[in-house]
Amino acid sequence: MNIGIIVFPGSNCDRDCAHVVSEVMGHSAHLIWHQEPAIQDMDAVILPGGFSYGDYLRTGSIARFSPIMEAVFEFVNRGGLVLGICNGFQILLEAGLLPGAMLRNKALSFICEDTYIRIENAETPFTNSCEAGQVIKLPIAHAEGNYYTDPVTLSALQANAQVVFRYCDQDGNATTISNPNGSLDDIAGIRNAKGNVLGLMPHPERCAEAILSNQDGHSIFKSMVSSLMGKSPLSV
Amino acid sequence: MNQDTEALPPLNITPELIQQHGLSEEEYQQILKHLGREPNLTELGVFSVMWSEHCSYKSSRVHLKRFPTEGPQVVQGPGENAGAVDIGDGLAAVFKMESHNHPSFIEPFQGAATGVGGILRDIFTMGARPIALLNSLRFGELDSTQNQHLLKGVVSGISWYGNCIGVPTIGGEITFNDIYSKNPLVNVFCLGIVKKDRLLRGLAKGEGNQVLYIGAKTGRDGIHGATMASDSFDDASEKKRPNVQVGDPFLEKLLLEACLEFLEQDLLVGIQDMGAAGLTSSSCEMASRSGTGIELDVAKVPRREPNMTPYEILLSESQERMLLVAQPGKEDAVLAVCRKWGIDAAAVGKVTDDGLLRIRDGSQIVAEIPADAIAEGAPRYERPSAPPQYQELLQALNLDTLPDVKDATDALLQLLNSPTIASKRWVYRQYDYMVGTNTVVCPGSDAAVVRLKGTGKALAMTTDGNSRYCLLNPYMGGGLAVAEAARNLVCSGAEPLAVTDCLNFGNPERPDIMWQFIMAVEGIADACRAFDVPVVSGNVSLYNETNGLSIYPSPIIGMVGLIEREDDITTQWFKQSGDHILLIGETREDIGGTEYLKIIHSREQGMPPYLDVDLEQAVQRCVLILIQKGWVESAHDCSEGGLLVTLAECCFTHPSTTFGATITLNQERLRLDALLFGESPSRIVISVKEDNLQHVTQFIQDLGTKVPMSVLGQVTDRDRMAVTVQRAHEKQVQQLSWSVEDLANRWQNSLVQQLDAAQTS
Repeated sequence: MNIGIIVFPGSNCDRDCAHVVSEVMGHSAHLIWHQEPAIQDMDAVILPGGFSYGDYLRTGSIARFSPIMEAVFEFVNRGGLVLGICNGFQILLEAGLLPGAMLRNKALSFICEDTYIRIENAETPFTNSCEAGQVIKLPIAHAEGNYYTDPVTLSALQANAQVVFRYCDQDGNATTISNPNGSLDDIAGIRNAKGNVLGLMPHPERCAEAILSNQDGHSIFKSMVSSLMGKSPLSV
Repeated sequence: MNQDTEALPPLNITPELIQQHGLSEEEYQQILKHLGREPNLTELGVFSVMWSEHCSYKSSRVHLKRFPTEGPQVVQGPGENAGAVDIGDGLAAVFKMESHNHPSFIEPFQGAATGVGGILRDIFTMGARPIALLNSLRFGELDSTQNQHLLKGVVSGISWYGNCIGVPTIGGEITFNDIYSKNPLVNVFCLGIVKKDRLLRGLAKGEGNQVLYIGAKTGRDGIHGATMASDSFDDASEKKRPNVQVGDPFLEKLLLEACLEFLEQDLLVGIQDMGAAGLTSSSCEMASRSGTGIELDVAKVPRREPNMTPYEILLSESQERMLLVAQPGKEDAVLAVCRKWGIDAAAVGKVTDDGLLRIRDGSQIVAEIPADAIAEGAPRYERPSAPPQYQELLQALNLDTLPDVKDATDALLQLLNSPTIASKRWVYRQYDYMVGTNTVVCPGSDAAVVRLKGTGKALAMTTDGNSRYCLLNPYMGGGLAVAEAARNLVCSGAEPLAVTDCLNFGNPERPDIMWQFIMAVEGIADACRAFDVPVVSGNVSLYNETNGLSIYPSPIIGMVGLIEREDDITTQWFKQSGDHILLIGETREDIGGTEYLKIIHSREQGMPPYLDVDLEQAVQRCVLILIQKGWVESAHDCSEGGLLVTLAECCFTHPSTTFGATITLNQERLRLDALLFGESPSRIVISVKEDNLQHVTQFIQDLGTKVPMSVLGQVTDRDRMAVTVQRAHEKQVQQLSWSVEDLANRWQNSLVQQLDAAQTS
């Protein structure tokens, strides 16, 4: 399997994602510089976390105009799987590949800590090895993860099972305390209507190995790989 | 001097001008001697920053020679951008600690942020990828809104810079004392990894080689920052805010990646960060180290403001800039890497063989100084020193007049509530401590641990220092800091390798401060020698004084240790109920200088705990071997707050659960407060499985009497920490008991509560 990881100036989880893809999953990770015009022979693409363009202007707002994004649009249009983690999610929102926007965390400060996440939709290519309602522990590390969208879009997201992850407590209950950043409807991650693009604020690549005392993130990568089995890679 | 210089207007160097540049009359005479003539204003500025305390170490240098700096593990000792040690597998760990105290008081956010930026550059200029940041912070007590503002500003500055550049902030320490109210300390440690044979150095070799400037454009920020950091503060220090630089972590991230690409493609002769004293210091140091000269044309330096004079360009401390010497013929490749990362780059000069720093502004020579005169030729002082008259008063603590603890139950709660001991989660939650996916022991244990991907090994690191101990006995305090750092590493399963230090003191022109400095350095040096941990890098910060009041002597020790096998990584918290709890080491009557004495009796007095180096080593060696044999479930060093605080932390710091403990202590002849809250060093609390208890006790018995050991009790799954104190002769028994949840709550919420309380008052 060939997984492309886009490197924007300021991306800083690119090598972490590559490590999981190659060393943990045993597949090929390809770092793709943001000025490349094309994505060649990739089974899936990851937009990693970090501070692309230093978060200047707004998170993700400048990276959205990088040359590689044209190829990402095309990759998505042709049905390719795209996973956006943290800043990658923010870029997908700015690019319009996912609906909504990010506000600053309600406490106005950066938060790095483990959160509990409930799998709301286990039918996606990113969650098919999980079970609906399952609670997993994933860390967050962001200052702008307070998801927001208008009521109409929110209803559509809810109706189409596009809300894939919600913040919750250890027992799976979503409460004010279990929501770390003020995110609307406790949203931690969403997919597009077609189902091939997923964005989430927590970092599955930070908890996919036993030595990191948490392997819950492994299920996301495992799901992607199993849903890609038998499909041919895309070039755009 | 060249004829061109005569075009400059003659300058009348007045005593006032010399004084404004922070130079003494004597130092000015030395300048005249080095030059053989009067300097012009630009040259005077260059000498001023390079001979400042901050850049020249003129008061400290003769004493720093006492540090052991050699050992088979040392790849690079002091004198470079950072030190480096061999960690096997062809790799070296590059690390250093630096202070950013003065700027952080004037402008806490940017002061702390640029401190992080500066130490990161020190590491990646060596060709190493930074993988961990730690910091040691000192503030005044949180009942003042000013102190709270400083804490919040510093923490958000560190968070902003470190998170953005993507290097995890994985540990450190913070203590609070009002002595730091007007002189907070911000010491930042960074560690990076490089292939041992690819280590880059700050060299300017090869006559004719091009000197390239890369990174941010030069502005007027930070001019005379180094001079500011070499002076005491008074009430007018607010006005020095323009001397504080402004950071751009995004640009530094680009610079970091570009530098690592230079290394990968083998393009450079040498590289140096432009830190304090900017272009001046980087060029002088590179030339001086290499025995060469450098000629620079300031007209070619990228600038962001018009009409900057050569004086301003040379002394600017604009951040995120590097000076490098390219290998001949590889200049274009360097420029291509810079283009890829969108970084400004310009050829600004060349290496010469005449040993001079020659500065041009186009065709005109504006300064010409022997590079060695500015770098190595800086004045060195053996300043007078004498113990302060108050020293004996400080050390006098008559235990006969100090009542023993009356309510030990409450005393423990009060100690856990002390912000120095309480959880720092409010702080580290703002730091990305996970990026890089190497952090295997997150903040909250004795030492932070990062794995080294692909090697099966890990590195442990810690920063430690107890300035109250140093105030009461600077020699002992220095040694205790080294001992505690090593003990913290051992508790995490690591063999200590080497030290970096940050020596924060008051005004060295005062004999009592100089005495503190010399004594502390001796204490550190002797302990480093005893523990075989050479000092490979470091930093001195003097003049931490405001309105005549100096900080406590505050040497901070950063220490790095190697964990040979990932299986040996050990954390401080209990693992399962039924495990036996053992104390390795012994408790003595060490009440002087303790947190207990400060919190319960409001006294900072007495002799600090006595460090028996042989005992300390024996205890550490023993625990490390027990860990390596796989017999230890948890290991936690006893430090501030003493044995009960240590046991409480073992009970409630597990990331996802809590444990109880049933403990029996034999009081023998000790005072109760010394037994429970005394801070005798060389003590480690470990827990071991039932099956291993026999192995452990047998092993220690076989060692002989060198390592005292006592079985304290057992881990339970109840919400109770129960302590029975047995008095040997009186057949009396005292029962103490707490709900672990209560203890945990007090410890976890203290910092946030104090911040909130100060906000609403």
